[in-house]
Amino acid sequence: MATDTNISTKAIVRPRAPGLSARKREMIAGYLFILPDALGLLVFVGVPMLLALTIGFFDVNGFGTFTFIGLANYRRMMGDPLFWQCMKVTALYVVLLVPSLYIAGLGLALLVQKTNRFNTVMRSLFFAPQMVSLVVIALIWQFLSADKIGMLARLFTFLGLGGVSLLGSPNLALYTTVFVSVWFLMGFYMLIFLGGLQDIPRQYYEAAKIDGASAVESFWHITMPLLRPTSFFVLLVSLVAAVAGSQAFDLIFVMTKGGPANATSVMITYIYQQAFQYSAFGYAAAMASILVVILLLLTGVLFLLTRGGRFDNE
Amino acid sequence: MSNVVLFSRSQVNLVRLVWMLVALILALMTIFPLLFMVSIAFKGPAEVFQPNLVPKAPTWNNFVYVLTEVSFVRYLLNTFFVSAVVTVLALWFHTMAGYALARLRFPGRETIFVLIFSTFLVSLPVIIVPLFILVRTMGMLNSYAGLIVPSIFNAFGIFLLRQYYLSLPRELEEAAVIDGAGYWRIYWSVILPLSKPIVASLAILFFLANWNSFLWPLTVASDDKLWVVQVGIANFKSQYSASWNYIMAASTIVAAPMLILFVIFQRQIMESIKTSGLK
Repeated sequence: MATDTNISTKAIVRPRAPGLSARKREMIAGYLFILPDALGLLVFVGVPMLLALTIGFFDVNGFGTFTFIGLANYRRMMGDPLFWQCMKVTALYVVLLVPSLYIAGLGLALLVQKTNRFNTVMRSLFFAPQMVSLVVIALIWQFLSADKIGMLARLFTFLGLGGVSLLGSPNLALYTTVFVSVWFLMGFYMLIFLGGLQDIPRQYYEAAKIDGASAVESFWHITMPLLRPTSFFVLLVSLVAAVAGSQAFDLIFVMTKGGPANATSVMITYIYQQAFQYSAFGYAAAMASILVVILLLLTGVLFLLTRGGRFDNE
Repeated sequence: MSNVVLFSRSQVNLVRLVWMLVALILALMTIFPLLFMVSIAFKGPAEVFQPNLVPKAPTWNNFVYVLTEVSFVRYLLNTFFVSAVVTVLALWFHTMAGYALARLRFPGRETIFVLIFSTFLVSLPVIIVPLFILVRTMGMLNSYAGLIVPSIFNAFGIFLLRQYYLSLPRELEEAAVIDGAGYWRIYWSVILPLSKPIVASLAILFFLANWNSFLWPLTVASDDKLWVVQVGIANFKSQYSASWNYIMAASTIVAAPMLILFVIFQRQIMESIKTSGLK
């Protein structure tokens, strides 16, 4: 659209640096503008990603000396019951968290979908926990879940479920962790769903209403199909967040430290523990490489499903 | 057929009232833990585990203790400094990159964009070990540079800015091009002023994210002179595990600035997240 205007303006521009064509100057400017971010991302994200895939083949001591040891770290992993325990807990955390977040996010979005003053306030209240750090969130819930004297223990006693230990019992701790994660994250996904709902033309609903469709029918035949790009986005982002998100790490690291009896020990907390408590950098990286592979697969799927990150029809 | 009345008018109002009531109850349950945090922060040690939300004998002592007996003020200043520097540098670099990706034509642009976008889903816990080794090799452990530099770069901001610049009308820059302005002049005096709304939203989001970040500061700085509030507060918990009134006072100090920021800028914060998913 703008190509012909471009050509005409180009003709008027007096070249500032003699000897360089306008096209060359634009090219050089482009590379220079992108340089700081491209370099930074390369050094602090790209290189660590590649290293994450390779350090696992080395033994790394505290002074940073690398010794190639082949598959030893991976063999150790196979025979490490804690690794398998953490894999299991991670899978369980993902399986519990992702659908709960989807339902909670979409449910809240539908609940406060209409834009009016009341709903605007409600949206802010649902989103408010997102402002608070996971460290503080973890401490608050630790306090609320304290055995016997915590508010939740009192509530459970009141409901006739006395003696329940929300964070102290290996059977319950993971569910408590998932609950807190949903409570914290649902406001974010509510907003993403609201963005998606906002893009669905109102006429579709009006037409359906005239044809006698009920609200439930409109939801299944209009809302859900047109929400498909949003759904993909939400599922994939929440999947990655559940497998390897910083927020999951912060919450679990502070609230339960992976306990009790490793019931909430996920891969990312175990990796951290191996690296920074036992200085087993090689072993930690070997486990991280497994997660990188999982994440690369997820990214690939995202690209295939959304045509390279373009969710609209550009 | 077209005018089947399923509910009478009063029934419709009743449905709406129930709907609003459900939303209100859920919303109150959502913020209840935050209210409780503030409540405990004002309670004396004897009252901490009492279920009353409004303290019977409110006191500032917990805040005074936290701010005077622990180096909490230092942690606050560290956090403010790190978050502010990261935010400013990130916005500078990201606006430049976003402008180049949206407007300037150069070979490899699409490839670079796809590569940047693909870092979107790399999360810190996965690369924490190599990143730590890398930063240690660069001699940046236990330094402000180590806290700041790796936190600057993220694809999210670049992506949003690029999308924003794609939506700006080209004519605005073309006037500058006709005047013979170079690309830096166009960026500085046309693009940046036009970016004010989105840069303001992103500034809030970046500052918030850095204020609340825990894992990287925990990993890179073991020296407590460089601790940020989140690390300080997690450590505080392990030292004073039973003194919930102090812990919640410290938590309130850490959370309050962000909650205040939210009350003031809630529309901008929520709008930019709402559009981040898809646009």
